[in-house]
Amino acid sequence: MSDRDRERLFTSSPAPVVASFEELEAEPIIRREGSLYADAWRQLRRRPMFIISGILIVILAVMAIWPGLFTRADPRACDLADSLLRPSSQHWFGTDVQGCDYYARTIWGARVSITIGVLVTACATLIAVLLGSVAGYYGGIVDTLIARLTDIWFAIPTILGGIVILRSIFSTRGLLQVSLVLIVLGWPTMLRLVRSAVMATKEMDYVDAARALGVRNIRIIRRHILPNAVAPVIVYATITVGVIISAEAALSFLGVGLQLPAISWGLMISVAQNRILTAPHLLLFPGAFLSVTVFSFILMGDALRDALDPRLR
Amino acid sequence: MATTLSRDAVAGRPVDPAAPLLAVEDLHVEFRIDAGTVRAVNGLSYTLRRGETVAILGESGSGKSVSAQAVMGIIDSPPGFVTGGSVRFRGVELLDLPEAERRRVRGDRIAMIFQDALTALNPVFPVGWQIAEMFRMHRGLPRKEAREKAIELMERVKIPSARTRVGSYPHEFSGGMRQRVMIAMALSLDPEILIADEPTTALDVTVQAQIMSLLAELQQQTGMGLILITHDLGVVAEVAEEVVVMYAGREVEKGPSLPVYHQPAHPYTMGLMDSLPRRDVHTERLQPIKGSPPDLLAIPSGCPFRPRCPYTREICTREEPPLAAVTPERVSACHFWEEVSRERAGA
Amino acid sequence: MSAPAPEPIRNGEVVLRVEHLVKYFPITRGIVFKRQIGTVKAVDDVSFELHAGETLGLVGESGCGKTTTARTILRLEKATSGHAWYRGRDIFTLSGGEMRELRREIQVIFQDPYASLNPRMTVGDIIGEGWRVHPGVMPKSRRRARIHELLELVGLNPDHINRYPHQFSGGQRQRIGVARALALEPKIVICDEPVSALDVSVQAQVVNLLEDLQDELGLSYLFIAHDLSVVRHICDRIAVMYLGKIVETGDEYQVYDNTAHPYTTALLSAVPIPDPAARHLGRRILLEGDVPSPADPPSGCRFRTRCWKAQGICSEAEPELIDRGQGHPVACHFAQVEFDPARRGSSQPG
Repeated sequence: MSDRDRERLFTSSPAPVVASFEELEAEPIIRREGSLYADAWRQLRRRPMFIISGILIVILAVMAIWPGLFTRADPRACDLADSLLRPSSQHWFGTDVQGCDYYARTIWGARVSITIGVLVTACATLIAVLLGSVAGYYGGIVDTLIARLTDIWFAIPTILGGIVILRSIFSTRGLLQVSLVLIVLGWPTMLRLVRSAVMATKEMDYVDAARALGVRNIRIIRRHILPNAVAPVIVYATITVGVIISAEAALSFLGVGLQLPAISWGLMISVAQNRILTAPHLLLFPGAFLSVTVFSFILMGDALRDALDPRLR
Repeated sequence: MATTLSRDAVAGRPVDPAAPLLAVEDLHVEFRIDAGTVRAVNGLSYTLRRGETVAILGESGSGKSVSAQAVMGIIDSPPGFVTGGSVRFRGVELLDLPEAERRRVRGDRIAMIFQDALTALNPVFPVGWQIAEMFRMHRGLPRKEAREKAIELMERVKIPSARTRVGSYPHEFSGGMRQRVMIAMALSLDPEILIADEPTTALDVTVQAQIMSLLAELQQQTGMGLILITHDLGVVAEVAEEVVVMYAGREVEKGPSLPVYHQPAHPYTMGLMDSLPRRDVHTERLQPIKGSPPDLLAIPSGCPFRPRCPYTREICTREEPPLAAVTPERVSACHFWEEVSRERAGA
Repeated sequence: MSAPAPEPIRNGEVVLRVEHLVKYFPITRGIVFKRQIGTVKAVDDVSFELHAGETLGLVGESGCGKTTTARTILRLEKATSGHAWYRGRDIFTLSGGEMRELRREIQVIFQDPYASLNPRMTVGDIIGEGWRVHPGVMPKSRRRARIHELLELVGLNPDHINRYPHQFSGGQRQRIGVARALALEPKIVICDEPVSALDVSVQAQVVNLLEDLQDELGLSYLFIAHDLSVVRHICDRIAVMYLGKIVETGDEYQVYDNTAHPYTTALLSAVPIPDPAARHLGRRILLEGDVPSPADPPSGCRFRTRCWKAQGICSEAEPELIDRGQGHPVACHFAQVEFDPARRGSSQPG
């Protein structure tokens, strides 16, 4: 029978039983107008998790694009005489070893993090969607090749691999180089997700119906498979932004990511390690900002997952 | 399958020897969800006696499954709530019992089997282990003995090579065999009532026949009452003494199956009979019921069948029809059941 | 090989002929290099003819191969061997482009109303998608109007053209599926369990719709189902399948009232009659055990492991599907019309 997907809504206890949602899925008076995305949006708008994370992300994005809105100080205007000052009304977050305004540096650090997070995720997702949908839809030898290649790639541990590649290949490590490495290490997981979502969607009757109409494969992938397979990818991509931000910070912290004079929370934390007891504010502020940033993306991903869950349609 | 437990009490309360096995009265169940309140059951009553089979017949949105879950007490609350009525098992009111007591009745005295055995059985444990668990948990039997009882049960439900298959996993069985496993589990504690929720809907028709025949045999042996929830009019006609026709969460017709089938007293029942093709006779043109079953979030006012009824009148929009006694044994929830029946008999 | 100009269909013409169709699925093991360790013989030498304006029913239980037969004819699966001719053209040898042309003529309706419509497309887009592939069928200017017509034709409100599938009930979605199939003006519609997933009261609506459309548009149906009562009602002829083979064919009176194959007899006796008075009439035949695996079907006659008539010859020689004196083809060495006291309908002699 067909209705298993929709039966998950009401579960009952304690026996391993699922109450029958089929009972409730009767003739619809039109309760919801519009597409499934419109529905999802309407649902999301009311969820606190979405609202909170949404606001945070918007603030962070604005911070990344127009840091000047948050601070007038120049993060590179450093006066050694002001080294390691505690937070005060003049320097809200204090100053660092060079005497730079720490608040300004922290604000400017957002740009690097958000940029890398979004750039890497976007590129990795693009690669994953292209290769993954081809592998999942066509199957056969193409799929075997791509899937096995992905498996091999997948075995490379992210941070360790990142360290090795960044150290050995690049002499200067700027935004682009670090992004490139993270993209190269990040697409396998995304691809597996896309591939399995595509493989599941491929089995749906409406895909067969399209084939029976004579619709060509490209259009089937574009119009029938991807729109329906994309929901888990969106969720995962959102969470990935947070993960990438965290990964860049880790690499910079280890000294193999961005180099000075780049402003990155990871770098700032790295410098702060030795002075945790004497100048804790050096660690506190970038650490807090990093955590909140990563957290908001993961929270957003969770909120999206609930809203885009096709089983609740 | 002898147990030495006394059956004179239910959760500590004495049973009423004169009471029927199960008496459901004016049951109401609703689900409170974001979109509103789903009124899943709106006034259902029936009685089940020892050895009897009562069929609850309905389509999607009729509330039949939910009503059975209310009897078992397995509705997740929230969002589901039993908002009225009574469910008496041998005279003892189940809805008043605390959950701990309810759990003792569940499985032990009243058992349930479901449509999809694959999701109802735990995929990571062997079948024999799951059946034996009933004995280990509820009767405190040691493992070896419980396992022997499990094999005995598997043979009783006619699973071939039970001794060798006791260690197999659910996915290694066919649909029909899995259903037998579920029946074995349900019967393990010698329940007095078995509720079967669409037990054969997902099965092929030849397997359906086997399972229904097995249930009939087991019922004869144990004298248990059977509540059969289904949408299949053929299955109901084959096994049920009493049929309760549900629509939009309420009973619209109830009575012994022969007269209900031959002289239906409600337009919905009539519509169902007329819309069926038969395998034993040629049917010229089917007479469908127009429209679709209603959305339980917005049940039509007055008589819920009104939008689809060919005999509807003005009063049907305003007033919900009461349950009229067609005969001492039959009821119908239609304002004009007499007229409608006469018209149909004449036509 | 260019498509011949479509001729009007003559009465009684054979629009679809399937001959010795075989579809095996390999069972493989291994991750990188797949080894074949077995074969699922889903369809094993099936032949039949569909005439113009006729409804041919393909019935059987799960695993009998009826759906695979349909999918193979539609080239949603690649046939292992055999032929399928649409009005004389060999479907399996057509090129990609030619096959695409042919799809206009043979369309399909699926079983699951919830899975057969793309939830992200509007009803109008779903129905009109075929015209993107076959623009010649309907000029762009006429398309919207035609969608309205089609919606009305299947009994839906044309104003709902911009709604999404989840806003409709199961029966209504099935109608949308019918409209989609009809948009290309096919000659043959393969109906794969079109009413199985619908409520009883709604099934009759869709059955009537299909019948009316057939009369109005001169369609031929290949009707695949497991519900024998519906099949008796709508089909002109029926082919009963078991484990990849056809065991009996004939019209409704031959197959239902003058049943000659033991499997068909058992199958029919298992279908409950919605009449309590019929309860104790008729011999209910209970088959033992399960259907054998299609990966390892019994030798000779595939039904012999569950058949009460089985004898030595049944394991040695596969019975052919021929008329053995009953008036319709039966694949059984001991074919015999059984008397069934439950049968109350008019039984015309086979």
